Amino acid sequence: MKLTLKIWRQKDANDKGRIVDYELDNVSPDMSFLEMLDILNQQLIDNREEPVAFDHDCREGICGTCSLFINGRAHGPDREITACQLHMRSFNDGDTIYIEPWRAKAFPIVKDLIVDRSAFDRIQQAGGFISVNTSGNTQDANAIPIAKEAADTAMDAATCIGCGACVATCKNSSAMLFVGAKVSQYALLPQGQVEAADRVKNMVAQMDLEGFGNCTNTGACEVECPKGISLENIARMNRELIKAAF
Amino acid sequence: MTLDSKIPKGPIKDKWTTYKDKINLVNPANKRLIDVIVVGTGLAGGSAAATLAELGYNVKAFCFQDSPRRAHSIAAQGGINAAKNYQGDGDSVYRLFYDTVKGGDYRSREANVHRLAEVSVNIIDQCVAQGVPFARDYGGLLDNRSFGGVLVSRTFYAKGQTGQQLLLGAYSAMNRQIARGKIKMYNRHEMLDVVVVDGKARGIIARNLVTGEIQRHSAHAVVIGSGGYGNAFYLSTYAMGSNVTAAWKAHKRGAFFANPCYTQIHPTCMPVSGDHQSKLTLMSESLRNDGRIWVPAKKEDAIAIREGKLKPTQIKEEDRDYYLERRYPAFGNLVPRDVASRAAKERCDAGYGVNQTGEAVYLDFADAITRYGKEQALVKGLDTNDAATVEKLGKAIIKAKYGNLFQMYEKIMDENPYETPMMIYPAVHYTMGGIWVDYNLMTTVPGLYAIGEANFSDHGANRLGASALMQGLADGYFVLPYTIGDYLADDIRTGPISTETPEFEEAETNVRDRIEKLVNNNGKHSVDYYHKKLGKIMWNKCGMSRNEKELKEAIEEISQLRKEFWEDVFVPGEAVGYNEELAKAGRVADFLELGELFAKDALQREESCGGHFREEYQTPEGEALRVKEFQYVSAWEYKGEPKDAVLHKEPLEYENIEVKERSYK
Repeated sequence: MKLTLKIWRQKDANDKGRIVDYELDNVSPDMSFLEMLDILNQQLIDNREEPVAFDHDCREGICGTCSLFINGRAHGPDREITACQLHMRSFNDGDTIYIEPWRAKAFPIVKDLIVDRSAFDRIQQAGGFISVNTSGNTQDANAIPIAKEAADTAMDAATCIGCGACVATCKNSSAMLFVGAKVSQYALLPQGQVEAADRVKNMVAQMDLEGFGNCTNTGACEVECPKGISLENIARMNRELIKAAF
Repeated sequence: MTLDSKIPKGPIKDKWTTYKDKINLVNPANKRLIDVIVVGTGLAGGSAAATLAELGYNVKAFCFQDSPRRAHSIAAQGGINAAKNYQGDGDSVYRLFYDTVKGGDYRSREANVHRLAEVSVNIIDQCVAQGVPFARDYGGLLDNRSFGGVLVSRTFYAKGQTGQQLLLGAYSAMNRQIARGKIKMYNRHEMLDVVVVDGKARGIIARNLVTGEIQRHSAHAVVIGSGGYGNAFYLSTYAMGSNVTAAWKAHKRGAFFANPCYTQIHPTCMPVSGDHQSKLTLMSESLRNDGRIWVPAKKEDAIAIREGKLKPTQIKEEDRDYYLERRYPAFGNLVPRDVASRAAKERCDAGYGVNQTGEAVYLDFADAITRYGKEQALVKGLDTNDAATVEKLGKAIIKAKYGNLFQMYEKIMDENPYETPMMIYPAVHYTMGGIWVDYNLMTTVPGLYAIGEANFSDHGANRLGASALMQGLADGYFVLPYTIGDYLADDIRTGPISTETPEFEEAETNVRDRIEKLVNNNGKHSVDYYHKKLGKIMWNKCGMSRNEKELKEAIEEISQLRKEFWEDVFVPGEAVGYNEELAKAGRVADFLELGELFAKDALQREESCGGHFREEYQTPEGEALRVKEFQYVSAWEYKGEPKDAVLHKEPLEYENIEVKERSYK
C-alpha cells in the first residue's frame, strides 16, 4: 500500500506546531498502525531527519499509552481497540491519513503526538483508592461474598486503561467517563462504601480543577472507548455525587 | 567473595515466621528520617513503594512510562496463584511450594519458594480489601481456574486482565501515598546508574526523558523492580520500553547477575507474520484449559495446509496428532510452558507446522464448544443431539470465558477462532534469571535490593503460569518491607545522604559521557538495526534449544555486533529534550552486553533444565536431562567485558523435596 500521512509535528510545549506531509510506500495490510509509523520513522532516521515522537508501550491494547487521533477519531476507525491494535488492513491503497495528538486543555502537548496526561494521575490521587494498609492480616478474601453481578459490573468499569480517548473525543474535553469508571468500580463493591462520599467529591473537584469540561450526554466517549466502558458509569457517578451532598 | 544466601535456620515451615520475630525494626519516628528509592512501578516496585510509604519511609519512585499504571505487569492476563484451597481440591502451602520447585526443574531456592507460598494467601486478602474485582461464582465467592504444571485449581483471576487489576490495585495504594506526600513520583524518568558510597548503595543517577535533564537522587537504600530482560530477543511479548538497563547498571556496580540463560518461551503466542513485526502477542495460558493443541499427523496434510490447499477443519480426527496428549497423558495440554513450547518446536522442526512459514501449531476449541454446548442443552432441557443448538450454546460459554482473547486474536490475525482453530507458536515471555539476591532480597551490594522479575530467586529454570504476579506482589507487599527494615535499622542516625560527593560526581560524569558519545556518534545505522540483529542471534542460537557450537558463535557475534554498534550507530536529535531514539540506544547498548553474558551462561550450564535446553543433554525420548553437578545458581560478577565475568556458584540444597526427574507423563 502507498499512503500519504499528514502528521502533527511540534518540537515542544512552546512550539506552535503544524501538519507535515509524508509519503510512505510498501505498507503491508498485516502491519499494525504503530508498525507503519515505525517504518516511517526508520525512513526519517535513514534520511537523517528527526523521527515522529508518539507514545506507545505494550502494543497489545492494555497499557493505555498510545494516544493517536487518526482521521478525526480517537484510536482511529473500528470499535473497542487502541491505536496499537489497529491494523493497516482497515485502510486502502492511496489513502491520506491525518494523525494528530489528543487535544484537550488538560492534556498539554509534550512533543509531536505525545501529550501529558498526568491530570489523570492527580484525579486518582484525590480519591481513587481504598484506604487499606498492607498488613497480612486483613480479613479472609471470602469473608464478604459479593454478588457475581456486582463483581462483574465493577470489573467492567475497572477495565479502563486511562488512555484519555474519552477526553480527546469529547467536544467538551470532559473526563467524566474516566472518573465515572473509577468511582463506579468502588461504588459497586462493599469495600468502597466507607469512603464513598469523600471519594466522589474529591475526584470530581480535582477533575474540575484540572480544566476538564462537563458532560452534555453526547455519548462519543462511550463509542470511542477502547474498552467499551458504558455511559452508565457517568450516571452512577452523578448519583454518587448527589448522595454525597446529603 | 563467597555468596551467602542468608537462609534462616530451622524447619522450612518456621523459617519466615522465626525470621520476622527476630529482625531489627525501625520505630515510626525514625522511619521518617529514612529515604528509599524504588526503580520501576510494576507489581513489585509499585507494591513495594506503597507499602514502604505506608510504613513511614520517604519513598522516591521512578518509572520510564508516563504513569506508574502503565508498567508491563498490566499485560499479564491469566491469573495469580494462591494456596487458599477454596476449592477443597487438596491444595496447601506445601503443594504450592512443591509445584513451584518442581515446575522450576529443581533450580530455585527452597526457603524463598516456601515463603512465597506462605504469603500467597495474604496477597489475595490484601487485593480484595483494595477493591480488586476478582471473578466470583454465583454464590458470591471467589472463583478459581487451573494453570499448567499443577493438578489443583488455585489461580484467581479477573477475566483475562488479572495483571491489569492487580497493578491498578498497587497503583491505587501508591496514589494514596503520593497524595500524602510519602511517595514522590518521577514519571518519564529513567535510572541510568546506581551510586555506591562506602560500599553501600546510596542513590541513583536518573534522566528526565522529557527534558533530558540528568539528576542525582540519594537515599539510604535502593530497590530495583524494573522487570525482565526478554527484549534482548527484540521480538517478545514484553512492552516496547521494557529493558535491562537498571538491572545491568546495578550489575556493573557490583550486583551479581544470576542464571541469565533461564528464559521462558511461552507456548501460546500469535505466530510471527513478517519482518515489520515489532512485538509478539501472548494468548493466555488459560486457553489451554479448554483448547486442544494439534498438528496434522500426515506431513502431506501439513504441506497442503501451508500452501492454502487444505483447511484445518477438513482434517479428520484420526489424521490429527494431539501431540501433548499423546506424549504427556497425565497433564495433556496443561503441561508446563517449557515442555509445551519445546514440543511445538519439535513438531514444527519435523515439518508439521501449519502456517506459511511452518512455525505454528493449532489450538482448537471445537471439542470444548461441543462439550459445553451439550452440557448447556441438557441444563436448559433442549435437544443435545441438535448440532446447531449445541454449537450456539457452546460458543456462548467460550465467549464468556475467553471473549476478550478471541477478540484480540481476530483483530490481529484476521481469522475467526470460533470457526477455525487458532494458530500459535512460542515466544519469549519472561526471564527467570536476574540479579542475584539473598533471602533478604538484597543483592551483593549492601543496601541495593532487587524484587519481582528483576531478581532470580523463586522460579528456578522455569516459571509456572500465574506465579509471576504472585512473586511480584509477595516481594513488594510482604517480603521486602520486612527485610529492608532489618538493614535500615542501622541507618537511623545517618541523616540525609548528600549528592555532592565524588561518587555522585563520577557516576553523573559517566552517564553524561555515554549520552554525548551516542548523540555525537553520527554512524550509519539506526538503533533498531542493531537491536534486530541482536534479536536474531539470540533467537537462533540462544532460544528454545541451544548447543555448544552455536552458543560459542553467539558469543563471538554479539561481541562483534557490540563493537559495530559503538562505532556505527546513528542517534538523531540531541541530548536535551525528548529523544526516544537516545533512550532506546542506551537500552540496546546494555542488551548487547547482557546478551553475551546470557550466551556465556548457557554455554557453561552443560545440562538441560526448564527453559534451558541443551541439545547435548536430553533423554532418549527428547526430554530435558538435568545433571546433578549443575545443581547450583550461577552468579556472575562483572569484571569489564562480559567475556571476563567471573562465575560464582551458590549450591542448591533440597531438604524438603526429593529431587526427581520432572515427569508430566
